[in-house]
Amino acid sequence: MIELKSIYKVFNKGEANEVVALTDVSLTVQKGEFLVIVGSNGSGKTTLLNIISGTEISTSGTVSINNTDVTRYPEYSRSKWIARVFQNPLSGTAPNLTILDNFRLAALRTTSKKLSIGITDAFRKQVQDKIATLGMGLENKLDQLMGTLSGGQRQALTLLMGIMDTTEILLLDEPTAALDPRSAATVLQTADSLIKQYNLMAILITHNLKDAHQYGSRLIQMSEGKISKDLNSAAKNNLELPEMFSWFA
Amino acid sequence: MEFYITAIMLGLCLSSMSLGIFISMKIFNIPDITTDGSYTLGAVITAILFIAHWPAMVMIPVVLIAGAIAGSLTAIIHTRLKIDALLAGILVMTGLYSVNLIVLGRSNVPLLNVSTLFSSIQLFTNPTYNDILAALVFIGIITSIVTYILKTDFGIAMRATGDSATMTRALGINNNKMKIIGLAIANSLTALSGYLVAQYQNFTDINMGIGIVITGLGSVLIGDALIKWLNIRSILWQLIVILCGSIIFQLVLAVTISLGVDPNWLKLITAVFVLLIVSIPRLKFNLRQ
Ligand SMILES: Nc1ncnc2c1ncn2[C@@H]1O[C@H](COP(=O)(O)OP(=O)(O)OP(=O)(O)O)[C@@H](O)[C@H]1O
Ligand SMILES: [Mg+2]
Repeated sequence: MIELKSIYKVFNKGEANEVVALTDVSLTVQKGEFLVIVGSNGSGKTTLLNIISGTEISTSGTVSINNTDVTRYPEYSRSKWIARVFQNPLSGTAPNLTILDNFRLAALRTTSKKLSIGITDAFRKQVQDKIATLGMGLENKLDQLMGTLSGGQRQALTLLMGIMDTTEILLLDEPTAALDPRSAATVLQTADSLIKQYNLMAILITHNLKDAHQYGSRLIQMSEGKISKDLNSAAKNNLELPEMFSWFA
Repeated sequence: MEFYITAIMLGLCLSSMSLGIFISMKIFNIPDITTDGSYTLGAVITAILFIAHWPAMVMIPVVLIAGAIAGSLTAIIHTRLKIDALLAGILVMTGLYSVNLIVLGRSNVPLLNVSTLFSSIQLFTNPTYNDILAALVFIGIITSIVTYILKTDFGIAMRATGDSATMTRALGINNNKMKIIGLAIANSLTALSGYLVAQYQNFTDINMGIGIVITGLGSVLIGDALIKWLNIRSILWQLIVILCGSIIFQLVLAVTISLGVDPNWLKLITAVFVLLIVSIPRLKFNLRQ
């Protein structure tokens, strides 16, 4: 469970370019919930996600994960709960490492990286089987450098890397914004099935209202640093797409 | 002939430093100027421990730890105080000059009548061969250890830190801690070169480290060019090519000197040589544009 209480986030506080990105945001997300967030540019969606992941520390308010107060935890120590897929498809992987090396690190997300060799034949086989499920033909390219793959391929692999280690929370910030429609569909469908298969708590930010309509079990709209609409599963199921479009009119 | 053997030996002794610079520059993307100081530090500690009658092998851990402290100081200044890595390195290097001078007690200490690492192998009647064999065995061991470290899970994390900081943070890696450990390892390797060169030359001089970072940089750049050109992917072979870069670098300098160039020009020649290595690929690129 993620619990945000009265989160404020102010950038450049006290300076001429002060921006209030989040104002008194409180939000609870339960296990198994798939939350979709929509909202105009600059409404604070990424900031909200960054405060959950620890990339940004809130100006005031508290963040807790599974009843642990993590408000002051740095990003790397929150990774024991959280896996992330970034808006930039290149951010989630290391380009000069092989696919296999990238997956090895992902498999150790919640634990320490020890001075022993972890890439064994068994591990290689395990990664191969996981990657084969994508159906992209990447399972035979484990020794290729990550940087030689396309953005869509890297984004799909980043997603898969998220479930290499035990994961409770999956954060997806516009994961398909930089992808062509086909790769975008593959990535979202993969995400959706992984979320169901592993019963993950997930938060997806998207500007694509069709995707927001199709996926997820709860829908939030953000405006000017506040949660302006919060639809539960039933309300979301009853929501018609044209009505959603009217939110942005 | 003797001339080239000396160059090869020096290249081998300095190759430990090249591995260190490979780690700081190629893996962590940090230009680490601490090198000048930690190299001399290694040689200084070697000298005073020989004076205290320590056996050459036993002083290795002390040399490694001293280098590691120097490197982590630079990394701590860089990461915790958010000071530019270049400046952090210069600060530590400058401070080390005094430390070295105080520890050594004077500016030059000859190491005569001591049993060095190189005298530990007596297989051939020709002492030169024994020297080369000892250096090869030593560097071989060091290279194997570094290769092993880079292949472990920890090593992958290290390599990823310099490659994609966003990714490593999200995968539970403390990038600052990694940089501190990385520069510690890099500078212990550099100190080890000081240890080797002091024994090979039979003296430690307070100024022996001045500009040595450029030699290491040049060696790594030569090695890196070869790695790219030959498309070498295995870590072991990459490191071996870096060692070759270090030897090639010394050979080129030896050839230059053998052409009758005044040794006073050596640092200038080194600098111009490194400038050439850095700029040639760029010049080619510009022409193509
Ligand atoms: N690091 C920062 N420094 C200063 N201001 C920032 C920073 N990050 C975000 N902001 C500001 O905070 C506000 C919210 O930004 P945020 O990135 O959360 O919006 P968003 O909803 O994700 O927008 P988009 O849909 O464009 O991604 C914006 O006004 C933005 O300019
Ligand atoms: Mg955003």
